[in-house]
Formats: sequence, C-alpha cells, structure tokens
Amino acid sequence: MGEVEVHALRGVDLFLYEGEFVVLLGPSGSGKSTLLNILGGLDVPTSGTVHYRDHDLSTYDDAALTRYRRDHVGFVFQFYNLIPSLTARENVALITDIARQPMSPDEALSVVGLADRMDHFPSQLSGGEQQRVAIARAIAKRPEVLLCDEPTGALDVRTGVIVLQAIERINRELGTTTAVITHNAVIAAMADRVISLSGGQISSEKRNERKTAAQELIW
Amino acid sequence: MHALDWMLVRDLWRMKGQVLAICLVIAAGVATFVMSLSTLDSLQGTLDAYYERYRFGDVFAHLKRAPNSLTDRLAEVPGVAEVQTRVVEDVTLDVAGMPEPAIGRLVSIPDRPRSGLNALYLRSGRYIEPGRDNEVLVSEAFALAHALKPGDSLLAIINGRKQRLRIVGVALSPEHIYQFAPGELLPDARRFGVIWMGYTELAAAFNMQGAFNDTAVTLTPDANESEVLRRIDQLTAPYGGLGAYGRADQPSHQFVTNEMKELRGMALVIPAIFLAVAAFLLNVVVSRLIQMQREQIAALKAFGYMRREIGLHYLKLVLLIVVCGVALGTLIGAWMGRGMTEIYTAFFRFPVFTYRLSGSIVLIAFAISSGAAVLGTLRAVAGAAALPPAEAMRPEPPATYRPLVLERLGLGSLFSPTVRMILRQLERRPLKALLTTLGIALAVSVLVVGSFGLDAIEHVIDTQFYLAQRQDVTIVLVEPGPSAVIDEVRHLPGVHRCEGFRTLPARLRSAHHARRVAIQGLEADGQLNRLMDMKQQVVAIPPNGLILSAKLAAILEVGVGDSVTVEVLEAERPDRDVPVVGLVDDFSGLAAYMDIQAANRLMREGTIISGAFLTVDQDHVGQLYTTLKNTPRTASVTVKAATLRSFRQTIAENLLLMRTITIVFAAVIAIGVVYNSARISLSERSRELATLRVIGFTRGEVSLILLGELAILTLIAIPTGLALGRALAALVIRVAYDTELFRIPLVVTWFTYGFAAMVTLLAAVFSGGIAHRLLAQLDLVAVLKSKE
Repeated sequence: MGEVEVHALRGVDLFLYEGEFVVLLGPSGSGKSTLLNILGGLDVPTSGTVHYRDHDLSTYDDAALTRYRRDHVGFVFQFYNLIPSLTARENVALITDIARQPMSPDEALSVVGLADRMDHFPSQLSGGEQQRVAIARAIAKRPEVLLCDEPTGALDVRTGVIVLQAIERINRELGTTTAVITHNAVIAAMADRVISLSGGQISSEKRNERKTAAQELIW
Repeated sequence: MHALDWMLVRDLWRMKGQVLAICLVIAAGVATFVMSLSTLDSLQGTLDAYYERYRFGDVFAHLKRAPNSLTDRLAEVPGVAEVQTRVVEDVTLDVAGMPEPAIGRLVSIPDRPRSGLNALYLRSGRYIEPGRDNEVLVSEAFALAHALKPGDSLLAIINGRKQRLRIVGVALSPEHIYQFAPGELLPDARRFGVIWMGYTELAAAFNMQGAFNDTAVTLTPDANESEVLRRIDQLTAPYGGLGAYGRADQPSHQFVTNEMKELRGMALVIPAIFLAVAAFLLNVVVSRLIQMQREQIAALKAFGYMRREIGLHYLKLVLLIVVCGVALGTLIGAWMGRGMTEIYTAFFRFPVFTYRLSGSIVLIAFAISSGAAVLGTLRAVAGAAALPPAEAMRPEPPATYRPLVLERLGLGSLFSPTVRMILRQLERRPLKALLTTLGIALAVSVLVVGSFGLDAIEHVIDTQFYLAQRQDVTIVLVEPGPSAVIDEVRHLPGVHRCEGFRTLPARLRSAHHARRVAIQGLEADGQLNRLMDMKQQVVAIPPNGLILSAKLAAILEVGVGDSVTVEVLEAERPDRDVPVVGLVDDFSGLAAYMDIQAANRLMREGTIISGAFLTVDQDHVGQLYTTLKNTPRTASVTVKAATLRSFRQTIAENLLLMRTITIVFAAVIAIGVVYNSARISLSERSRELATLRVIGFTRGEVSLILLGELAILTLIAIPTGLALGRALAALVIRVAYDTELFRIPLVVTWFTYGFAAMVTLLAAVFSGGIAHRLLAQLDLVAVLKSKE
C-alpha cells in the first residue's frame, strides 16, 4: 500500500476572543486535537496561517514557538502528563520556574482546591486531583490562553465536574481565554461559544445565551 | 532548587541500581587510571629526589686496571662535573644457611661517609671505620634475604683466599636499586648482594693499590653525553676499558625505567576500556530513560521549556553520574595508588616513602570520563531535545516485528513460540544487541588482558629454564682459561656433562648506531644452553657469523646478510666486521651469539673459555656446592633452580596483584552491562511480560523470555571477547612490554580463556538472578492498568 495523504483539518477559519470560554466539540478523528495543537503552538499547519494577537505563528520556528508557549499558553491534557517523580507543588513549580510573572505554586494549587495535597506525589492522588494539579500547573504562569484537551476524558462525572469548576473559575476570575476540546456534548453548555468539528471541518458554531454552571452539568 | 532539579534527583534515585552499576564502571576506569598515574608520579618524584640527593652517576665505565692518576684526566673531559673511581670485584660468597654459593659484588667506598658520587643511605648500623679490618656494609635486599644484621659475618673468596667479612651496617645505593648478578635476567636479592668495603682494604686484597677498575661520573648540564662517552672510551681503552655507558644502559636504572614503562602502558590501555564501556552504558541507559520520559519531555516542551534547557537537564544527569564515578574512582585509585607506591617503594628499596596525587591527574580523569560519557549520551540527549512535542504526546507506535530470516526460509517450525519471541526481539533491535554484546565482550577481554601476563611468563620460564637452559649450574671463571679447565670441571663431584662457553664484552656498531653487549660463544652442537626463540624453536649456531636478538638488529638497523662492526672490549681488543647470519626472537636483553670456535678465532686465541654449563647428579649437589664455594678460580656460580625460584617470586608479586585488580574490575563491567540490559528489557517489556504472567505463564517461563535474550548475547560475546582480549594483549605488549630489557611473547593459554569465560558467565548469571527476582516484584495489576 502506498502513502496516503490524510488531512486532519481542512479549511478551518476560526477566531478566539479575549476572555471567552470556547468548547470545541467533536467525535474522535474530527481534528479537534490537531486544532488545539496548532492553537497552542505545538504543531504548525501545513498550509494556512495562525495569528496570536499581532504575531503570525505559522512563520515561527521551534524556538519562537517554544517562547510563545512559555509566555502565553497554559495546557491541560487528558492524561494529566504530570511528572511522576515530582510532588504536586513541584509539578507546578516546573512552570513557575520559567514563567515571567507567575503566581506561587501554593496559590495556584489553592485556586484548584488542593492546598492540603501539595506535597503528594501523582501516584498518591486520585485522577481528579491529578487533573486539578495539571490545571494548577497550567494557570500558575497566568497564561493569556488556557487550552484543555479532553480534561475530563479519564474522569467520572463527580470528579469531572470538580475539574470543570476549576477551569470555569479561572476563566471567570482571571479572564483567561479558555478553549476546551471534548467529545462530551454536555460540557458545551458551560461555554460562551460552541464550535463543532467533523471530518476536519467546522460543521457548526453556536453562541450560548445562558451559560450553565459546571456544577449543574450531568452526564 | 528548581523543580527540574528535583526531577533529576528523583530519577537518579529511581534508577539507583543502574546508576550504581554505571558509577562503578566509571569508578573502575578512573581508579586504574588514578592508581597507575599517581604511582608513576610518586615513584618518579621519589626516584628523582633519591638520585639527586645521593648523587647518582650519569656515566659509568668498567676497566681492567688504571692508575689513580687517570682520575684527573677523566675530570678534564669537557662536560664531566665530578668523577668517582673505585674498585669493583665479583666474588663467591658462602652464606650461612644457604647450600649453594652466592655472588657478592665488592664495591670500594671512600673512608668518610656521604662523600663522592653514588652515596650510600645507611639503613642500620654504622659506616666503616678506617683502620679496622674486614668491615663491610651490605645491601639491604641481600641482608633481608638472609636475615643479616650488623654484627653478623660473611665468608668470601677474595683473590683466592677465603676471608671473613664483618657486617657493620646495612645500606642502600641509587646505583643498586635493583641488584643484578652478572648476566642475569632479573634481580635476585638472595643470590646476589652488593658489599661495600673501604678502598684501602679492597684495593690491597686485589693488588689494586693506587689504581681503580671502575668509574662513575656526573655531567654538567650542558654536556654532550655521547661525546663524553667517546672521550672516556679513548682514555680507558689502554687500561682495558669495557666501554663507557650512560644511565640508559645502567642495569638498575634500566630496570626501574622498564617498570615505569609498564605502569604507564597500564595507565593507558585498561582505563580506556573501562571508560569506553562506561560511555556505552550511559548511552544505553540515557537513551532508554529518554524513551520512557518521551511524554514528560513533550509536556515540558509544551509548557515552554527550551531544547537547551531540556538537553542541559539530561546532561546534568549524565555528569552527576560521572562526578560520582570519578569521586569514587579517585578515592579507590588513591587508596590503591598509595598501596601500590608502598609496594614499589619496598620493592625498589627507596630510602623514603612519598605518595602524592596531583590534582591534574584527577582533572584529566574527570575530563576523559565526562568526555566519553557526554559523547556517548549526546545523541540521545540531542534527540530528546529535538522531539516535536505534539508527536511525543501521542503514545509510542507499537513496535514492528517481522518474521525471522529463518522463518522466511521456512524453518520457523524449528522454534518454540518462546524462542521465536526471543529471536524476533533480537532481530528487531540489532544495534542494541550489538552494543550489549560488545559491552560483555569488553569485560571478557579485560579478563584476558589482566591474566595473559602470567601465561606469557610461564611460557618464558618453560622456554628459558627448561628447554633452552638445560644446565643445572653455570660457572664463570675469574679469568678466561684454556679448555683444559673443562676437564678439571668435569671431575668435580657429581658433574654429568660439561660444556664451555666464551663471553666477549663488545660494542656492536652499524652506521651511527651502537650498543654494548656480551657476545656469547657457544658450542655449535651444545646440548646444555641452547639458543631458542619465542616459538620454542632451537636456533642452530652456524660456524661463522653472528646471531643477534631481533630487538638488537632492529636497534642497529641491520638484517641477515648485513655485517656489523664488532669492537671487543677485552684483551687485544680486535675491531672487525662480522656478518649477521641469523636473528632470534628472544625474551630479554640485547644479545649476540656465535660459535665458540668463531669467537676464539675472532680473538686470535686458542680454545679459551670464560666459564662452563654443568648438569649435576642431584645426590652430589651439596658436595659440588661446597667445592665451588672454596674454588678460587670461579668468580661466580649460578644455580638454575634458585634462579627460577627468584624469577617466579619477583614476577608473581607484580602480576598477581594486577590480575586480582582486573578480575574485580572486569566483573564490575560484566555485571554492569548485563544488569543494565536486564533492567532495560524489564522496563521496556514489563507490560508484555505481565500479560504473559496473567494468562498463565510461570515466572520461570517469563524469566526465560527476558533473560534468554541476554543469555544468547552473552554466549556470542564470550568468543568475541576472547578474540578481542588477544588483540588487546598484543597491544599491551606493544605499548608496555617491548623494551630492550624484556620482550613478552603473545601467549594466552586455554586456561586463561576458560577463566575469562567463566568469570563473565558467573557475572552474567549473578545479574540474571537479580533480574529474575525483580520479575517476582512485577505488580501484575498495576502494570496492566497503566495506560499504554
């Protein structure tokens, strides 16, 4: 079998506005992870452009993308990606060590409600707690953009809600532009704007008149 | 401390077994390096200080007899700073408690202590007092070998008369750091001793009043040594001069220098192997670590960590291990170096012990180890730093396996599924398999290199003492005598067979090369002292011409068919061109041989002998010794059995120590490589192995899959390592054991090969045992639950 070119994304035209909470909804394979990677400077598109404020990310080299991620973006991953050999506090410190105006690790962990679990290693924390450490880690640098890739994908409803509450609070209190990708349609209810993807294209876009609080979500 | 540094510390702790193994391998390399170089440095320092403080001569010459007035003319030679003249004679000694005779070298000393060149260091007792009869000082090595102390006495045959010498002191001299009996391979403190006696008394005993037969001079800093040698030869030739020579040819100095050269060779070859293995282990472990931390690295990059910062993180990890290894190695090396220096100080009989470890040695060790380690890990670190984060965030693609070559050939049914798993694993990662094999092979080769010296020495003993030299006793006459002496000797008690030989002190020249040697005139059909090469082939002595040591021929740049100028330094001192008719690959010294008849013709003399080789009936040996001890005409007697004993003793002390050290270190390497490989396989395949356990495989069966791979690699590595060891042994011989004094043949016995294989196998089994136990701790549930 020969090489086949597969387009993860095609003809996507999208704006994210400062301070808004966006949910990118779509089944697996719809291209939402690729979109998030491009937004976060983890990947560059093969064609087209990506702008952050006045900067054209698509022209950035590796070092410049690293600089962009370091200064402006916070990431939360489905599988948390905590460093198992570091405690919760140290995992957050990993970011505050290199950020320009970070909050303290303790403060970041308090925001996600883990003030009393700071010295635990990832293996001593539940899944929800681990994900909240990951969120603390992402927000500790006071990022302009917070990107979350299936943040509740590996969690049950109760824990998932706690995690979403943390994200919601950060968006509200810190004014961080937040993009959450998920295949779980219920989560869309808490967004300002919901963008649905399928087959690498934006299939629909809708603005919620009323945002549902994370606490009220059920799936 | 930064969070990244905490990660470093925790990673190191988690891999502590592997880290320890690598640390130990680096430490082994650094320890041998530090030990050898610091010992060398300390000994060189002590030697230099000893030579300087006790005014060791720069040029030496022996002659027949010259008036003391020649001293002033020697002093006038441009470049000569100071002259010492003396009387030196070899005599037969009768030492209480020793059946065979010993050889004593009587050396005259000034009446006042600590004056002149080659001054003595008095270890115990007192200096001789003028006017008291028969007072002597003896060399410490000889005194210790016979438990002699001030107050004891010795019997010596001096100029035909048996005399009792009273020992008043025990002394050391820079001239006799090693004490060689004339014509001997190795120093032998038991059968050869230096005895210092007042000039007046010694000269009187040998009718040398107002004369001397030996001289030593020191040179001015701007002196031209070869010019001084030439002038001294000119001055001493009329007085039976045997040719002046510099320090480079002084036996004791030559032997010390030789030992230093061997040490230096060891300081280069062995540590190089250890450091290469350490670099390889680091490379393997760091590559693996990076592979396991793919996602962590990706996360770090996603958070905005720079390539440089990530690269630096792993370099720090590597350098920390190196620092630990170097620190440990330096400690062990300094400890061993101190011990080694102590052994050598006693061996060389230096008057003082000093050990110093200069910082530059440690720095060089660190530079080499970190250089090797960083080079070894650079690739993996560069790869980690360059990993595109989005790609690394995805789980690793499943490993690609394919059918074996054998299976594609349709022979797959020969193997059980387990064996197929093992073989496919090997075939999938050929580079890893190759490196692991190489690492184990290096351990095997270190063992071969560390042990082959003993084989070579046994070969030398076998060739030299059993096949070539079949005589029991060698007698040297005071003055060369007519062949009729042979008949007298033949009638000594217990003598079976007797063959005469002629020794001619001579200088061999070709173009601008020259060397002083003793030409051995042997009986052409002689059976007792045969000429034999390294391959144990008897070399026939043709009726005319010279046979040279291959080493001597190389120095003179001559080959068979060329001729060399032979300047005999005895009697009429003939100076003739003699053709080179053969070369012999021999073990020691620079030698030249010819037919005894040809030697006699060269000297234009009748049949004259310098001494004789004897075989002796063992029942009458005591009687023979007693007779020889009382025979005025014999200058010295060498007994083969005694020589052999001392040869073995000298060699054993040095080589056994080295062998022990290399065994320990080679085991460290073997365990380091096998253990690391097992650990890595275990962590790479824990999920697969746990799955097998869950579906019902026993621990033994799973162990087989994990360790079978290593067993196969070990079995491939052993023969490879044996061949590699042989090649390295050849290199060591080239670097350390190819001197004018000694040559060692490349001989490795099956015992050594077997031993190297055995030690490696045991180390592998030991490491496998540890891995097997780790397998028991495999948490099945946890492994299966963790994400892919």
